[in-house]
Amino acid sequence: MLTINNLKASINGKTILKGINLELKAGEVHALMGPNGSGKSTLAAILAGREFANILEGTVTYMGKNLLEMPPEERSREGIFLGFQYPTEIPGVSMVNFMKTAVNEHRKHRGLEPLSASDFLKLMREKKELVEIDSKLANRSVNEGYSGGEKKKNEIFQMAMLEPKLAILDETDSGLDIDALRIVANGINKLRHPERSVIVITHYQRLLDYIIPDIVHVLYDGRIVKTGGRDLALELEEKGYDWIKKEADKSTVYE
Amino acid sequence: MNNSTVKYDKYSALYRDNIERISSGSSQYINSFRESAIREFVRLGIPTRKNESYRYTNLDPFFSHDYSNYFIPGEQDFIRAEEFRCDVTDMDVHAIVLLNGFYPTITDKIRKLPGGVLIGSLNEASKLFSDQIEKHYGKYVNGNSDGLVYLNTALASDGVFIYVPEGVEPDKPIQIINLVESDDDIFNQHRNLVIVEKNASVTLIICDHTLSPRKFLTNAVTEVYVGENSHFDIIRVQNEHNNAAKITHTFIHQERNSHASSNNITLHGGLVRNSTHHYLGGERAECNSYGLFLADKFQHVDNFVNVIHAQPYCTSNQLFKGILDDMATGAFNGRIFVDKNAQGTLAYQKNNNILLNDDARMDTKPQLEIYADDVKCSHGATVGQPDNDALFYLQSRGIGRHEARLMLMFGFAHEVIENIRVEALRDRIDSLVMQRLKGELSRCAYCMINCG
Repeated sequence: MLTINNLKASINGKTILKGINLELKAGEVHALMGPNGSGKSTLAAILAGREFANILEGTVTYMGKNLLEMPPEERSREGIFLGFQYPTEIPGVSMVNFMKTAVNEHRKHRGLEPLSASDFLKLMREKKELVEIDSKLANRSVNEGYSGGEKKKNEIFQMAMLEPKLAILDETDSGLDIDALRIVANGINKLRHPERSVIVITHYQRLLDYIIPDIVHVLYDGRIVKTGGRDLALELEEKGYDWIKKEADKSTVYE
Repeated sequence: MNNSTVKYDKYSALYRDNIERISSGSSQYINSFRESAIREFVRLGIPTRKNESYRYTNLDPFFSHDYSNYFIPGEQDFIRAEEFRCDVTDMDVHAIVLLNGFYPTITDKIRKLPGGVLIGSLNEASKLFSDQIEKHYGKYVNGNSDGLVYLNTALASDGVFIYVPEGVEPDKPIQIINLVESDDDIFNQHRNLVIVEKNASVTLIICDHTLSPRKFLTNAVTEVYVGENSHFDIIRVQNEHNNAAKITHTFIHQERNSHASSNNITLHGGLVRNSTHHYLGGERAECNSYGLFLADKFQHVDNFVNVIHAQPYCTSNQLFKGILDDMATGAFNGRIFVDKNAQGTLAYQKNNNILLNDDARMDTKPQLEIYADDVKCSHGATVGQPDNDALFYLQSRGIGRHEARLMLMFGFAHEVIENIRVEALRDRIDSLVMQRLKGELSRCAYCMINCG
């Protein structure tokens, strides 16, 4: 589904991604872990099409297409979803209007008629239950004045509405208390599907207690320095990142 | 002889030549202000950019123009004006039409609504309700040093009078439709007086239209008295063509525990300058001053807001937004004055603007004068491009860049529009703004002018 090959990228002249290789198959859940500043969010934003990084080298192939050539809206319509670490507040744009436009753009892309107002509201109600979102939220402006937990729930709600093929969830667990974490994680689990792949970006193992990954990658200094099974996440939880850093730094010296 | 002298001569000549005709319709009390007002006007003159509150607005192209004779309507004019219907048909209001500043009804000059509410011609009211007029007329423009307000006092020949008695709330909003229509270039002035007695509540909608493609200049003054515990909303919708200049001066005087809000929505117009004065003259009064404008081509829109906290524990809030395209220019000047007695004042001001290209220009200036110690005051202004983070967020959900930009600008504007509490009008403004943002014509269906 997704193949990242030797991806190198810089921001303001500083190289952030130094050769990422990653292969993701349909239905797989990959966890992407790593210390702060390792390049996790940069990778997520590049995959979603944010034009802030300079791609130096490498390719990203998604469903057989060159992903890096597609504008962000095209990627979304083709099934990529980014759950933002810091969802943007958009005053004056209501959630209903926002989602209606987005859902209908997706439908148009698939050659479908726009949803009727009543079908759309029904769909919204259905999906809101999934993340136990306050129904009043829909009438408010996008993310404006939402609590941290509400913002993250709202990301998963949007994911449920858009039914992506590949969801990239950037630190969806950050800033959540235990209850909110459980709700958000349950929401994500309910959206798991044999055809839907997920990349979960997180610092901590605790989210992975709920969302069991197939594969765990550790990103450090712009490279994936370790890949393993679920046990790797547990090991990181126990030992921290220092041993990974040491190991990685050592190998860099010998390179 | 320099240019400015010529200009003042022109307007004092206008006064001398027409004073008899103008005075003949008004009461003696209103006429008693005229002579000193024209002298004051000659002393102060037409504001130039040297005047701090007109620093960003050049009135000269409109004031140096030669307009035809001062307009006094004939019977035919009245009939045409009466045929006008607002096309926001689902808005249930008591509507009044003003034609070139005149109340265009011959027989029914004062309408009596349930509860003793009066709406109608200021001229007529000045004769029938002289005690109300003498109590309020000319009182709230006091202390103003704007020559144009004096010019209005000298020359205004009619306008709307609204009276809401104590404890009364009219069943629906009152709408004033200002039509400017003439085969000649005209300069018109009108004067409105709104009296809201205590424990009363009323919403006033003022719509400005131009119906013929001539050069027009309007200089309008509205005085409002808001009594104790009363509630007053004024919403102004301006949709005039590029050859029209609209200068409005609104003075809202508030008594204790009263609440007033003003919302200036400027969709179209060649030159627009709104000055909105809020005088918080009683404890715990509260006012909101909102504004939104969309300008393109060579349009210019200037909002001057003047909030005076004269008494303790009052709250004021200003929110003004502008979207500018092409060579359009805009200005916002927000003054907050806190008297030394006005302890416990809360005063906020926000002005945000979007420039859609490099040629558009916006000037924004807060002006804070605070003489009390226990005051909470904030102000902020931005002039910039549409927010890139928000743009990416929308795009990342499948919304195309163009559509996303439209949504953002609409959202930006909607923050002002959402404060309109008349639902049919709010929806209508939303859709007019959307059309305008899409580059479609936003004029009301009745307007025959394609001033694009």
